[in-house]
Amino acid sequence: MESRSHRFKENAAAALANPVLQANMRTAKGKFVDKRAIAIKEIDDFEGTREAAKQLRNLVLENLDLWLEKFETNATARGAKVLWAKDGAEICRHVAEIGKRHGIKKAVKSKSMLSEEAGLNQALEATGIQPVETDLGEYILQINNNEPPSHIIAPVVHKSLDEVADLFEKVHQTPRKTEIPALTREAREVLREHFLTADMGISGGNFLVAETGSVALVTNEGNGRMVTTLPRVHVVITGIEKVIPTLEDLATLMRLLPRSATGQSISNYVSVLTGTKAPDELDGPEHLYYILVDNGRADVIGSEFQEMLRCIRCGACMNHCPVYQTIGGHAYGWVYPGPMGSVLTPLYTGLENAIDLPHAATLCNQCGVVCPVKIPLPDLLRKLREKQTDKNLRPWMERAVLKAWAFVAASPTLYALGAWFGVRYLKWLAGGKASIPVLSAAPEWTKGRDFPAPEGKTFRELYAERKAKP
Amino acid sequence: MSSREDILGRVRAKLGRNETNAVAARTGIDVILAAKAQGPRPHVAMEMSALAGRLIDKSLAYSSTVDQIATQAEAPAAIARYLAGLGLPTQAVIWPKLADLDWAGAGITVAAREAQDADLVGITGCFCAVAETGTLMLCGSPDSPAAISLLPETHIAIVPASRIVPGMEEAFALALNELGQLPRAVNFISGPSRTGDIEQTIVLGAHGPYRVHLILIDGE
Repeated sequence: MESRSHRFKENAAAALANPVLQANMRTAKGKFVDKRAIAIKEIDDFEGTREAAKQLRNLVLENLDLWLEKFETNATARGAKVLWAKDGAEICRHVAEIGKRHGIKKAVKSKSMLSEEAGLNQALEATGIQPVETDLGEYILQINNNEPPSHIIAPVVHKSLDEVADLFEKVHQTPRKTEIPALTREAREVLREHFLTADMGISGGNFLVAETGSVALVTNEGNGRMVTTLPRVHVVITGIEKVIPTLEDLATLMRLLPRSATGQSISNYVSVLTGTKAPDELDGPEHLYYILVDNGRADVIGSEFQEMLRCIRCGACMNHCPVYQTIGGHAYGWVYPGPMGSVLTPLYTGLENAIDLPHAATLCNQCGVVCPVKIPLPDLLRKLREKQTDKNLRPWMERAVLKAWAFVAASPTLYALGAWFGVRYLKWLAGGKASIPVLSAAPEWTKGRDFPAPEGKTFRELYAERKAKP
Repeated sequence: MSSREDILGRVRAKLGRNETNAVAARTGIDVILAAKAQGPRPHVAMEMSALAGRLIDKSLAYSSTVDQIATQAEAPAAIARYLAGLGLPTQAVIWPKLADLDWAGAGITVAAREAQDADLVGITGCFCAVAETGTLMLCGSPDSPAAISLLPETHIAIVPASRIVPGMEEAFALALNELGQLPRAVNFISGPSRTGDIEQTIVLGAHGPYRVHLILIDGE
């Protein structure tokens, strides 16, 4: 998927000015947050479980090469073929080749963010394979001219019931339905036909279990089970960082992932799939392929951003983010929105291509507090900001101001003098009013708020006065 | 250079991999895999009656329904009552390993084969059930095909109380112990399929069953 992250400011401004989107974001706001808060109380030692998850994810990242080899050996022993892809283009080439080898006409897909990274649907269409998204949300987006998702687990959180009703009426050419169960039923019937006639199933992978060479898939709709049970070929596309050691680790992570994502104790379906079907089995794929994808991940290993690779894609960080809740996911411009996206997008697509994302945060640490694998997201965002400054990627004016500020702040005398002048100047500027509506030095900042006027004395002066009083 | 070598090569370089530390790290990995250490566990009472009670509570919380009977032989009659109660068809696709029960005697016409689109009722057993979350664990095999619990609108599962385990950890251990290795398709099922994609409103019966009904056998 082509990144539009370099246009974040324009995207965010457009999102704020879009009344339909704003209404839909208000409808969604807080639903996942409340459900999560209740669900985590079912776990006696939620903090301990988070810590265990963090440790087991770290354990793998510290020796990722060897864990990948272990997974590859065990998956191959059960009849799977393991392929590797450096980038999105190579994912598309692999899937096209597999399609050609097995004479594939139609591929049903369960949610895979990697396939969004690669722009796989367009590539498949170009090779004559019909891709069909089967997650209800992803399906809605596909029939709406391949619109990108705006959330990693609730792809159409930005759309209203009315918009979906209009879309189904137009695309399915059926009488307009206004009830959510009726719309869901209509999609079920359309997609059931595709499940039964597809010869390839494409899925992501929530986890790769090294111990057994298995992929774990977590879904509620059952589409993940369909695409991995009915077609004769199953292709798993997943990032190289998704390996976990054992089935016990899967059990630990399954206590965290659904609770953090949708506030469920467990997702309706957790499938652990290993190898291909036996000759006497009545269902299951005859061929199983894993495409293990780098696309920027390998270079994060060993770096100061390695902790980001612990991410298990639950979406809790965006659900709790005041910025995401206001602008929605599309404004972030690439596959991953919210705080995790603001870290991943610059790392995977280049620091210079997502210059505003690390700044699209108040650093309030809601995301860090709810992250089930304890990724210090605000710290990573701050490190990205530092890197931008180190690499001279910020505007020269901002850099000059920060340099001047650093010089002044390092000297108590200069700082006191600057503050003494500053508060008096600002008081004069306010002209007796309580706030300043426009600051000519920071017009962008005062566009959305007024600057409170100082009372005319610095903190140091007030402190000294108070101390001098008997 | 192949992509595999390119990717693994860069990961190795970043991690400072060399032959000496690889030997130590491989031993470390084998120790981790052998230890199969568990994370913190929520408390689950272990007595069989408590496990069954928890399975029932959690299953109901996940929109399943539950019936309790004494022996497996009573299952066809209990299922017939359930189907009649909801006005559901009495034709069902069943796991081949359940074919020996007296279905005809209960008035149910069964087909023991893989599931097809037209099948409206699917009847399965389960490999075991997880009390912690009210979850069924089904293992695919020639006489327990996976799609029977997926394609039909109604899924009925026969669950012997003796096969209820506290958590997912015990379920995996049981599979490895009894089957020697993880079967191709392990499916954990908790209630009917659902979606919340449109306005976060939960709707049952997304792509899989609208109804999941547990027949719990107390005496087995």
